[in-house]
Amino acid sequence: MENTLIQRVYVWQLPVRLYHWVNAIAVVLLACTGYLIGHPFAIQSGTEAYENYWFGTVRFVHFVSAFIFFFNFIGRIYWGFVGNKYASWHNFIPTKKKQYEEMVDVLKVDILQGTIKPLESIGHNSLAGLTYFISFLAFLFQCITGFGMYAAMSTSMLPHLFSWIVPFMGGDFAVRQWHHIMMWFFIIFSIVHVYLVFYHDYVEGRGIISSMAGGWKFIEKEKNK
Amino acid sequence: MNGSPMTLWEQAQARGVSRRDFIRYCSWLAAAAGIEASAIGQVVQAMEKKPRLPVVWMHFQECTCCSESFIRSSHPVISEIVLDKISLDYTETLMAASGHQAEKSLQDTIKKYKGEYLMCVEGSIPTGDDGVYCCIGGKSAIDIVKEVAADAKAIIAWGNCATHGCVQAAKPNPTTATPVHKIITGKTIINVPGCPPIAEVMAGTIVHLLAFDRIPQLDGLNRPKAFYSRRIHDTCYRRPNYDAGLFVESFDDENARKGYCLYKMGCRGPVTYNSCAIMKWNNGVSYPIQSGHGCIGCSEKDFWDNGPFYQHLASFPGFGIETTADDIGVAVGAATVVGIAAHAVSTNIRKGKLIKSEIASSTEKEETSRKGGA
Repeated sequence: MENTLIQRVYVWQLPVRLYHWVNAIAVVLLACTGYLIGHPFAIQSGTEAYENYWFGTVRFVHFVSAFIFFFNFIGRIYWGFVGNKYASWHNFIPTKKKQYEEMVDVLKVDILQGTIKPLESIGHNSLAGLTYFISFLAFLFQCITGFGMYAAMSTSMLPHLFSWIVPFMGGDFAVRQWHHIMMWFFIIFSIVHVYLVFYHDYVEGRGIISSMAGGWKFIEKEKNK
Repeated sequence: MNGSPMTLWEQAQARGVSRRDFIRYCSWLAAAAGIEASAIGQVVQAMEKKPRLPVVWMHFQECTCCSESFIRSSHPVISEIVLDKISLDYTETLMAASGHQAEKSLQDTIKKYKGEYLMCVEGSIPTGDDGVYCCIGGKSAIDIVKEVAADAKAIIAWGNCATHGCVQAAKPNPTTATPVHKIITGKTIINVPGCPPIAEVMAGTIVHLLAFDRIPQLDGLNRPKAFYSRRIHDTCYRRPNYDAGLFVESFDDENARKGYCLYKMGCRGPVTYNSCAIMKWNNGVSYPIQSGHGCIGCSEKDFWDNGPFYQHLASFPGFGIETTADDIGVAVGAATVVGIAAHAVSTNIRKGKLIKSEIASSTEKEETSRKGGA
């Protein structure tokens, strides 16, 4: 086997990495607290209401995380226009034929487990990019439905920007139901996402796991065009 | 009774009501309509100067619980509004006339008071099969509602039937029961949902129209903001138990006796906009949650389809009756984990060899590069 030179490429800029981890923490907090809000613990206590506030705290954490999640999301969209080529919105919305061809390749590698060959993309592969775009739509949906429900108990302007969703969907019940269903998208997305990152690192050895910490990925030199 | 109809103040005088009582009455009306104290003057003025409001009260697919609620309003003043202060010119359930006479009085009213009468609709309108499922005097409800609405000054849709279709519009909605706002377009319909709405809310809505001659402030679903801007949950006296995380787990447990929050029993308070927790029912005696039962969300759209009532989440369409989104989520999640595990195993079986050779070749490489370096 001939000697391959490995080159490191600075792929994920600091704002992208920050976004990723803030988002990850927010999603975990939101899913956990959200699940609890739907299914509170059964506490058979003899205490009076004024002695406790745990459920209020759970909801508070959910709302604070939601605001962080929302502004973090906005920040990422902004960075999709001003960041480097790996952060650009072009990675998420496939417009080129090449991107679709790569999706087929990715499916071959990931699902059919065909021959492993290094993919063209250095940043997101195009299937991952499309998946993230779908997840952005899910983010948007959660933001709209979440703030739509929150608007009823808020006087601030932001949640009221989304209050139209309640009459649109036919009432709070429907909004809550869909907000809850969408939580499962996040849970399943997280499972698959984490697995695939490990899988790709495992079979490609390009340092995809550590890239979200340091920003560097490693590629074969001749692939670096 | 020639000339213009008497104003409310003239009527009150004729009945020997003192000025003091009249002002008190107006204040009470203002309070019922959710009008602030500074505007009581306007209410008094309106009552002094305005003639009685002619009202046509239609009944279609309904159970008359709205009318029942209205005539049982807690304060005698309220029933006076309908029976005295407004001129109820046509209503199938309360008028003396019947048959052709009744239909004639409807025609007379809508012609005589063209553009001046208030139209109240109780019940949904079936539009399926040309509207044959509800006919009055040989005409279908859909034709009647269009005819009467054409020249109405204002239209109020009473109850969940007229605002959302209620039980008869529940899946599969065999008669295509349709709320008023979907039939009458181009006019603002004041939606006063509930099954039935609270009597004082109904009265308050009418009083606002009487006093100010204009439609009260409405929200996104055209409900009067004064009564439908807060959720029952946010105004519920059990709310502190919710924030404290103290929930009733079953209707016969200790927590139920202590009056904890009914959230986990499927209470629809958190998703229902109404005044039940503030105004209460039956002369302010109680409301469902105070009586130990969760709210069923009767003022919300599709509340019959969002069942079961005793479950926090609705059952997921297309699956078993008590299968919720969570059951399906758990199943899909478990399937994902199993799929991933299988994938990982197969990756290792296939790649075990490859990795071994990779390691071998990289060790070789290291050795050669070391040699080269030396």
